[in-house]
Amino acid sequence: MAAMIIETENNKWEVICGLEIHCQIISESKMYSGSSTEFGAEPNTHVSFVDAAMPGMLPTLNEQCVRQAVKTGLGLNAKINKYSEFSRKNYFYADLPQGYQITQFQHPIVGEGFVDVALEDGSVKKIGIERLHIEQDAGKSIHDLDPCMSFIDLNRAGVGLMEIVTKPDFRSPEEAGEFLKKLRSIVRYLGTCDGNMDEGSMRCDVNVSVRKVGEDGYRTRTEMKNVNSMRFVMQAIENEAKRHVEVYEAGGTIEQETRQFDPSTGKSKVMRKKEFAHDYRYFPEPDLLPLQLSDEYIDGIKKDMVELPDAKRERFVRDLGITEYDARILCENREVAEFFETAAKGRDAKKVANWMMGDFFAMLNKNALRISESPISPENLGMLVDLIAKDVISGKIAKDVFEIMAETGQAPDKIVEEKGLKQVTDTGAIEALVDEVIASSPENVASYKAGKNNLLGWFVGQVIKKSQGKANPAIVNKMLSEKLAQ
Amino acid sequence: MAKLTDLTISQALDGLKKKEFSATELNKAYIEAMESNRSYNAYILETPEKALEQAKASDERYQNGSARALDGIPLGVKDLFCTKGIRTTACSHILDGFVPPYESTVTSNLLNAGATFLGKLNMDEFAMGGSNETSYYGPAVNPWKAENDSRDLVAGGSSGGSAAAVAANICAGALGTDTGGSIRQPSAYCGVTGIKPTYGRCSRYGIIAFASSLDQAGPIAKDVRDCALLLKTMAGHDVKDATSADVTVPDFEAFLGQDIRGLKIGIPQEYRVDGMSADVIKYWDKGIEMLRARGAEIVEVSLPHTKYALAVYYIIAPAEASSNLARYDGVRYGLRVDGEHLDEMYVNTRSEGFGKEVKRRIMIGTYVLSAGYYDAYYLKAQKVRRLIRDDFQRAFEKCDVILTPTTPTPAFPIGDKSMQENPLTMWLNDVFTVSVNLAGLPAMSLPAGLSESGLPLGLQLIGRAFDEGTIFKTASALEKDMAFKGVK
Repeated sequence: MAAMIIETENNKWEVICGLEIHCQIISESKMYSGSSTEFGAEPNTHVSFVDAAMPGMLPTLNEQCVRQAVKTGLGLNAKINKYSEFSRKNYFYADLPQGYQITQFQHPIVGEGFVDVALEDGSVKKIGIERLHIEQDAGKSIHDLDPCMSFIDLNRAGVGLMEIVTKPDFRSPEEAGEFLKKLRSIVRYLGTCDGNMDEGSMRCDVNVSVRKVGEDGYRTRTEMKNVNSMRFVMQAIENEAKRHVEVYEAGGTIEQETRQFDPSTGKSKVMRKKEFAHDYRYFPEPDLLPLQLSDEYIDGIKKDMVELPDAKRERFVRDLGITEYDARILCENREVAEFFETAAKGRDAKKVANWMMGDFFAMLNKNALRISESPISPENLGMLVDLIAKDVISGKIAKDVFEIMAETGQAPDKIVEEKGLKQVTDTGAIEALVDEVIASSPENVASYKAGKNNLLGWFVGQVIKKSQGKANPAIVNKMLSEKLAQ
Repeated sequence: MAKLTDLTISQALDGLKKKEFSATELNKAYIEAMESNRSYNAYILETPEKALEQAKASDERYQNGSARALDGIPLGVKDLFCTKGIRTTACSHILDGFVPPYESTVTSNLLNAGATFLGKLNMDEFAMGGSNETSYYGPAVNPWKAENDSRDLVAGGSSGGSAAAVAANICAGALGTDTGGSIRQPSAYCGVTGIKPTYGRCSRYGIIAFASSLDQAGPIAKDVRDCALLLKTMAGHDVKDATSADVTVPDFEAFLGQDIRGLKIGIPQEYRVDGMSADVIKYWDKGIEMLRARGAEIVEVSLPHTKYALAVYYIIAPAEASSNLARYDGVRYGLRVDGEHLDEMYVNTRSEGFGKEVKRRIMIGTYVLSAGYYDAYYLKAQKVRRLIRDDFQRAFEKCDVILTPTTPTPAFPIGDKSMQENPLTMWLNDVFTVSVNLAGLPAMSLPAGLSESGLPLGLQLIGRAFDEGTIFKTASALEKDMAFKGVK
C-alpha cells in the first residue's frame, strides 16, 4: 500500500506515525499483589492493602506477568533482556494510590523487535518494535455520578500492563490499522492479552508528525492519548496529519503537546502543552530488586510457545494447499485456525476452506456467534465435505444439510440418514425418472433433437426435481445425453 | 530482690521460667513505671490493657510449659511499625487516627514469640530527624542530664522514644528503625545498646517507609545480650518484602563471650573529624586498648569516601522519601483537609499534615529527581554510594570488624539554637552512622562511658554483611571491660 501523501498546491507531505499500545496482561492476580484481576466486579472489591497503598505495604512481583511479557516479546520477534529494572513514575492523581506508578524506564524487559504486516495490495511491511515494558495500571475515576464528588474504583489499580512502543514506521492510517489487527491477533494467540479495545484491555496512544516528501529527519510530533478503537486510531492519524499540514502551510509551527481525541467528531483538541508536561521524576524502584532472567527460564517459555499466525499461515499454504488469501483470513484468529485445521484433517483442505470462508462464516455472522459458540463442530463440517466427496449427497443437498446442522448441531450423516437425503446412484431408479421426463415432454425432445442442445440442462433439472434433489447429477446427465441421442 | 524493671530481658526470662514472678507482675511493674515517667514523653500511645491481656496468656503458657522465646517480655514499639488495631502515625499529623488493619512482620514475629507491647514510642516525624524534635507529639526527653545543668536534653533520633524508654527502664526493650543512624545515635545519647542489622535481615513489611533502600528495623535494649535475643526473633526472610534476604538467622546469643584473640579490628583514620569532642576520642582510644589487651589485632583501614557519605545520604534518602510519602494525599486514610478541587485538597492536606523537616526533605527529594537535575544529583549520588560500599569491601579484606565512635558529641539540649537555625549542624550528628546504611552493613552502638559533663557516649562496631555474629562477639567483650552503669 502506498504511503499517505497529502498534496497541497506547492508541496507533498508524508505522514509519520508511531504507536504506544497498553495491553492488559492476562493473569490470575495483579502485578504486585495477590488481588484478583477479574473484570466487572463490584467497585473496590478486588483491592489489597498493597493496591490501596496503605502505609508500610510493599509490592512483590507476580511471576505470571513476567512470563506473559516474555512470551509476548518472543511473539514480537524481540530481544528478551535478561536484566531489567523497575522504576517509579511519580505523579499525583486520586486513582493512583501510591502517588507513583511502578513501571520500567531505562531497562525494559523486552528490547527491539518487529512485526510483519500484510497490506491490502499483497505487500508486507516490517514494523519495528522499540521496546516492551511491564507496569501497573491505575484505578478508575468516575466523575459523572455526582455533581460535586468523584468516585474511585481501585479494582483495576495494580493490574499488569505491557506497554508496547513501535518505531515511527507507519506512513498511513491503514498501516497502523493493519498493525493493530496483527498485534491483537498475536497477543490473543499467545493468551497474553484479550486485545479488546472497546473494553479497554488494549489502549492506544498515537504519535503523529508530517514532513515534506524527501525531507530528512522528523518534525515535531503530537501525541493523542487513549484512542480506543482501530477505526478511531486511523481517523486520528488522518485528521491530525491534515491539521499539521494546514498549520505548516499557513506558516505556523507545530508544538509538542498531548491531545485528546474526540470520537464524536474524529478531531482532537489540546490536553496539555509541553510546558505543562509532567516531570515524572523517574528513579529505580527501591522496593523491588532488578529482574534477572536465566537462559533456562527464557528457553522454557520458548518451548511453550504456540505457533503464531505467520508461521501457521505459511504452513497452511505449503502443506494444506490453500490460497494465501484464505490462509491469512483463517489464521487471524487462533480458534478459527484450529477449527479449520481440525475440520480439514485427512481430507481436501481447499474444500473445507471454501466451506468456512463461505457458508460457515456467513452463518456465524448472521447469528452473531463466536467460533467457540458454533453449533457445527469442526468434525461435523469435515464429515459434510466427505459426504460430498464420496457422492453420498450432492453439493446442493449439502447446503440444506448445513442449514440443519446449524440449527440442530446434529452430525451430517445422521441428518442425511434420517431425512433420507442420500443421493440416488441406482441407475435403474434414475432411468425410470429419465424415461418419465422424456415421455412427458415430446416438444422439448423434438427441439433438442433439432439441435437445441442447451435444453439438456432443463431435462437434468426436471429429473433432479422429480428425485427431490437426490439423483446424482452426473449420472442423470450421462443417461439423458445417451437417451436423447437415440 | 531488685526492682523488676531493673532486670534485663534475659534476667527477666530467667525469673519467669523459675516462676519467681509472673508475666503479669512484670508487665504491671513496667506499666506503673511507664505511667509515672510520662515526663520523658517516650510513649505517644500507651496500651496497658493489651499488654496485660498478652501477659495473662504468657502466664498460662508458663504454667503449662509451652512458654515461647520472649514470653511475657514487655516491649515498646516505635510508632513507625504498623500494629494491627493499634493507632500508628509515624508521629505525623497526616496519619491522625490511622489504625492499621495489619501487623508488620517484625512486630508479628515478636508477638508470636510471646512478647507484650506496652505502647507506641515517640520518634521524629516519619523518622526524619536526629533529635526527636520533629515529632508531632513533641520531643522525647533524654533521661540523662549534664552535670550542673538542669536543661532537658534530646534523646536523639529518630528512635528517640525507644532509646529514652529503654534508658528510663519503662520498657524491657524497644523496637527502632535505622535509616541513617536512627537506632545507633539515640542509643549512644541515652547510654543504651542498639543494633541496626544488615539491610535485608529484617522484613520491612508493615514498617512505614522513609527511604526504602536504607531503612532497617533493629532492637534497642539494656545490653548486648538483650539485643541478640530480640534480633534473633525479629529477623528472618519474608516473601512479603522482595528486599528481605533468604539467609539463615544464626543464634546471635551464641557469639557472646567468645574469644576475640586474633580478631582483626579496623580503625578508619578518616573518622577523626573536626569538631569531635576530646571525650569521644578518649573512649575510642580506650576501646582500642581494651580489645588489644584481649588479644585482638588492631589494623588501620581507610574509608576514603566517607567524607561524601552525608552528602550522598541527603540526596538518596530525601529522593526516596519524596516518592514514599506521596501516598499521604488525604484520599484514603489519615488527615484530609478539603479543597475546592483535587489539587487544592492535596495542597491543603499536605501543607497541614506534614511538619517542617518532612517538607524540607520532600522538596529536596523532588528537586534532585527533577528532569535536568537527576544526573547531577541522584545519579551521581548513586555512583558515590557504590564507592562507599567498595571502601568497606576493601577494608573488610584487612579486618573483621570496624570500631568507630557512634557520634562526634554527646546529647545536646532540646531546642538548641544552632541546630534549629542550621539543619546541616543537626545532620552532622549522623556523620559516623550514615555510610553504614549506604553500604547496607550491620552496626551496633554500645555505651562506652561518660563525657566530662557526665553524659553517655557510644562506640560503634561495623561488621560485614550478614556477619552480625562478629559484632556481637566483639561487643560483648567491650561491654564487659567498659562496665558502663545505667542512668541514676
